[in-house]
This record gives sequence, C-alpha cells and structure tokens, in this order.
Amino acid sequence: MPHRLLTRRNILATGAAAGASGVLIPAAPARAQALDPTRSMRGGSNNYRAGAPLVDRIGGGGFWMTGTVRNARDGAPLAGQRIQIWAHTTEGHERDPHSHGATLTDANGIFRLEMPQIVPAFGQPHGHLAYDSGDFETVFLRPVMARSSDTTLEAHFILQQS
Amino acid sequence: MHRLRPALTWAALLTAIALPLSLAGTSPLLQWRNPPYIIAGFAGIVAMALLLVQPLLVAGYLPGLTGPRGRHLHRWIGGGLLLAVVIHVATLWITSPPDVVDALLFASPTPFSAWGVIAMWAVFATALLAALRRRLRLPPRMWRRGHAALATVIVLTSALHALLIEGTMEVMSKTALCLLVLIATAKALSDLRKRLRPR
Repeated sequence: MPHRLLTRRNILATGAAAGASGVLIPAAPARAQALDPTRSMRGGSNNYRAGAPLVDRIGGGGFWMTGTVRNARDGAPLAGQRIQIWAHTTEGHERDPHSHGATLTDANGIFRLEMPQIVPAFGQPHGHLAYDSGDFETVFLRPVMARSSDTTLEAHFILQQS
Repeated sequence: MHRLRPALTWAALLTAIALPLSLAGTSPLLQWRNPPYIIAGFAGIVAMALLLVQPLLVAGYLPGLTGPRGRHLHRWIGGGLLLAVVIHVATLWITSPPDVVDALLFASPTPFSAWGVIAMWAVFATALLAALRRRLRLPPRMWRRGHAALATVIVLTSALHALLIEGTMEVMSKTALCLLVLIATAKALSDLRKRLRPR
C-alpha cells in the first residue's frame, strides 16, 4: 500500500477494526499472524513533550483514555509498554506540562489512563498519544471524539520492531 | 415605511453581527481557554462579520453610506479585515505553534484549516492588489475582475472554514452569518455587474 489515505473515515474504520480485534485477542489463543503496523496520524506529534511522567491519573480525572498495544509481527499483546497521553482539557492547554502523562500496558496489552475531560481545541475534540520508547518504531496518534460530550476515547497501537 | 426602512436595514445588520458575537461570548469553551486563544476565536468572528459589511458597503445598500462614502469605508473595512486575519493567525500561533505550522503547510489533519489558509492568502492578495492598483496602472476592468474573483474565493473558503469548526460560535447564528455573507456577496457582485453594463 504505497498510498494509504489518512481520511477521518479511514482512521475511524481502522480504529474500530483494531478495537474489535482487540476485544477478541485476550479470549482467543494467540495466533501468529503479521499485522499492518499503525502509522502515525497527521498532527499526532503536535505539542508533544518528551518524557511525560508515569502517573496514576492526569489532574482531577473524569475522562478515560483507553486502548491496546500489540506486536505487528504476530498480533500478540505487548505488556509493560509506555504510552504518553496529552490533550486540551478542562484543566489545561495541550502545551501545559500538567496536561501530559504516561501509563503502562497491562499483561493483555491494554492501557487505561484517567484524565480531565477533553474539550474541543483547534476545531475538534481530540487527544494525542505517543509510543516513543525505542524498542519499536515511534507512533503518534491523534484520535478525534465522535461527540465532544463523550467521556472516553480510544486509540490502538500495532507496533513494528525498530 | 420609507422612513422606517433605513432604521430597519441598520437594525438587521447590527443584529446579524451582534448575535453571533454575543452568543460566542457565552460559549462554555471560553472558560478553558487562555486570552490569546480567546482573542484568536473572536478575531475570526469579527473577520466574518466584516465580510458581511464589505459587499453591503461597496454596492451601496447601507442607508447613509451609499456611493463614494460606502466605497471609501469599504477600503478601510478591508484594512480592518486584513488586521483581523493577521491577529487570528498570530494568536493561534501563540496558542499552539505546531498546529498553525501544519495548517500553513496544508498538512493539518483538520480539513477546515486548509480552507482558512486559502482564505488568508486570498485576503493578502486582495490587499496587495489594492495597494499596487495605481502603481501598476491596472485597467479598471482587470481590477474589478481580479477583485471580484478574490472576494468570491474569500467568502466561499471562509464560510467552509467556519462551518466545519467546532469552536466557540453557536451553530445556528454561525450558519446564518455565513449564509448572509454568501448571499450579500452574490447580490453585490451581480448588481455591480449590471450597473456597468450599458443599457
């Protein structure tokens, strides 16, 4: 696939497909099957701050950023992977250090981080996520909420060995 | 009725501008934005309001401001529009530099950014053309065609830009303002063309 269009529909479809398969993975026996690695999204790395601290929660919480991390080689969930998260929320702008935090995936490759409510900024209610630990290729995601009233947002990583 | 008409025209124009501005002033999003970002949003709304005033002035639809007076004010408002656009982009840059860089390079994930940047360049081009009009000894017909083409690009792309954004503007008043801008521009361009045609 030399040209994969990064349209919103495409991103949503990919996200939904990844989400559906992510639900199935823990139940089904791990199948050794190569998957297309997740590509960075346009604008994904905007206002990234390297080395966001591991936190139990960003600020006061109330909103959940969730997702999965899997290996592109065999589709297996990746445990202990550090995912950095930031957004424009009710408690700060994207650029504010306190709007940034990081979390680790559990044994099933799932991550969940509570954070303040994301509010529309630069025209869309969106969040930012980064995998930037070096073992796999760096990926920056910028998922958009279907409605600004949503209190969750998910993003999925399929990482490629670097 | 004839005496009431000027007052009604002005009241309608003031409402069309004041309503979207004041409704944006009540947006819950404002409480989570710092001053530069708030200024950026309002500079954009003011620019859109000025886009409504421009065709009304140049075509002489506003009571008391017809003919040369309207055209004279049209130039000043044009300068104000340029200033509003510059403030809009500069304060967005202060709020989030990488998002503005993406927009200016047409690499933004949001489609409305590209429309906004096209509108910005069209405003700059209009200002440049207006400033150099005499020096270049532009024939009036070329000036009119060029200016009308740029004005058309500006209003179409600005309306798309505004309508696709989820921001501080209330949706109904935003849609109404955008429609009024498009209708006023279309009517003014058509009327001005008719006036030039020999009967």
